[in-house]
Amino acid sequence: MINLKLAWRNIRGAGIRAILNSLVLSLVIVIIIWMQGLYDGMSEQMSRAMIDMELGGGQLWHPAYDPYNPMELPDAHQPLSDKLKKYVAEGKITPILVVQGTMYPHGRMQAIFFRGIDPSQDIIQVPSRHLDNGDGYSIPVIIGKRMAENSNLKEGETFTIQWRNAEGVYDAADAKVIHIMDTPVSTVDIGQVWMPLNQLQSMMALPDAATLIISKADFEFSGEIIGWDFKPLSFLLKEVEALVKSKQGGGMLMSIVLLFLALIAIFDTQLLAVFRRKREIGMLIAMGMTPRQVGRLFTLEGSLYGIIAIAMSAIYGIPLMIWTQVNGLYFGDMMDDFGMALGNTLYPIYTVSKTLAIVITIFLIVLFVSYYPARKIAKMNPTDALRTNT
Amino acid sequence: MTGKIIIETKSLVKQFSMAESFFTALDSIDFTMNEGEFTGLIGPSGSGKTTLLNIIGSLDKPSKGEALVLGESIGTLSAKASAALRNRSIGFIFQNFNLLPVYTVYENVEFPLLLLGVEAEERRVMVEEALRWVDLLDKRNSRPGQISGGQAQRVAIARAMVKKPRLVLADEPTANLDAANSHHILQTMKKLNEDLGTTFLFSTHDEKVMTYLKRRIFLVDGKIDRDERV
Ligand SMILES: Nc1ncnc2c1ncn2[C@@H]1O[C@H](COP(=O)(O)OP(=O)(O)O)[C@@H](O)[C@H]1O
Ligand SMILES: [Mg+2]
Repeated sequence: MINLKLAWRNIRGAGIRAILNSLVLSLVIVIIIWMQGLYDGMSEQMSRAMIDMELGGGQLWHPAYDPYNPMELPDAHQPLSDKLKKYVAEGKITPILVVQGTMYPHGRMQAIFFRGIDPSQDIIQVPSRHLDNGDGYSIPVIIGKRMAENSNLKEGETFTIQWRNAEGVYDAADAKVIHIMDTPVSTVDIGQVWMPLNQLQSMMALPDAATLIISKADFEFSGEIIGWDFKPLSFLLKEVEALVKSKQGGGMLMSIVLLFLALIAIFDTQLLAVFRRKREIGMLIAMGMTPRQVGRLFTLEGSLYGIIAIAMSAIYGIPLMIWTQVNGLYFGDMMDDFGMALGNTLYPIYTVSKTLAIVITIFLIVLFVSYYPARKIAKMNPTDALRTNT
Repeated sequence: MTGKIIIETKSLVKQFSMAESFFTALDSIDFTMNEGEFTGLIGPSGSGKTTLLNIIGSLDKPSKGEALVLGESIGTLSAKASAALRNRSIGFIFQNFNLLPVYTVYENVEFPLLLLGVEAEERRVMVEEALRWVDLLDKRNSRPGQISGGQAQRVAIARAMVKKPRLVLADEPTANLDAANSHHILQTMKKLNEDLGTTFLFSTHDEKVMTYLKRRIFLVDGKIDRDERV
């Protein structure tokens, strides 16, 4: 108790320096918690968007299907079994056929993927119902906003598509942009042309064929589905996690640098104190403290900076966190350049456990940084301390 | 004077290790001091005054021989025990005032009482009494930087005296003061010595101090040269 009183007096005596030390540390605490919240929000939001737009509750892949190896794609399809067809009819799964092709928007040539989707499906949020509004002459297609921008296509415009069917015959037709969808998920947008599934199947001469099957969120396949590889969400979202982790790496580095700077401020204050306050230390010993006690006093003094910083962080950090959590952070188009399916606004997610873990970790580091000079004091010779003329 | 022995040294030697040899700062010091004395260690700079005071104050240990202070053998005290001895029974006054810079005058004087665990109300009474002894009650809320050197040294006296220790060690207390302030300080200490019976041991080479002393121990090169009572 008395130590606390003395430590407090010393901190109060340090005045503006104490405030600055604590403020810098509190800024670091808030920034680290905030960044953690951003990454958690990012991960959650991205997963959500990908589940909604692309992944559903999990997928069945043709064994040859590999999103990163289009060379295998010509063989990666097969007809649906009766059991699967029944699931489709019940609205529990929806098949997607993926094939390679070429498009010629405004005379330019562009390699693309055609994605055949059932217009009446409601398992993923690709607005496939628009595909029912074809004009009967050209093939109705949906493309994403980024795709539309890249290839300079507008709604209602027509362009030529070309493909090679299952028998190796090249064919071409006119496609009409029936709808442009705005989605944060670029993997269903860039390089993708969505069209009615049966249309693509007949173009390819592949009746009933699908490359992958998307299941509804809460649907579970009973037993093994022969001929298909089941890919659970945990597998499909690995990429998201890896992506967030990679971004987080940079954030982490920044956090460490910031924390380091804040700790240097405290370390500097505390370690230099051992020299600058040498006479004071000698005096404390002369007045009846043991060197160890003085060391403890200095440790306490240093850790008080941590406590003050945490209190400061709470005062302005909590309202700030609540505000950003409710209103989100508007990043505009910047988010797209980030290469993440996030939309314009990011809603950070703060969890009690992570916030506490950050606060406690930082406090322990502060404690350690304050402890080091204290050890030096404990070894100090009081007569030397008193002899100095500073 | 009660005549009770408060300090006793027996063949006290203090050596500091140098590069390859020893430097003998105190050489076979034998003397005793009784309770209530007002005594000075007198000698030129480097004669060993501070070293002797530090050992008597249990801030340092003898290399050889013995120093008995208030019944404790300094050489054998643990860090805790020597701290307790200083805390309870010894007050220090230094040449360079040595007040805690961030504390007020009041808080500086209060400090030893905090260490002793004195209750708040009793603390207040004792601090105010000590500040009255040195006539500085009106400066209680000032910081060391806001008062003069003479006043600072009086605060140091109040701080050394507030717990009514049996022994006060004052290392050249007037060295940084002008004549008027030196006399003021010495009169204050003399009065406390007479009123409270506190034992004072000074170190000095200041002529002004000598006239106040009742006993003068002359140190030359770490040895007692003369020991005279007035
Ligand atoms: N820690 C130390 N290491 C080496 N020499 C010391 C140390 N402390 C004091 N001395 C030496 O011991 C002698 C006596 O010093 P001191 O007691 O401070 O003298 P005084 O107080 O009489 O001026 C001086 O020569 C001084 O240099
Ligand atoms: Mg000296």
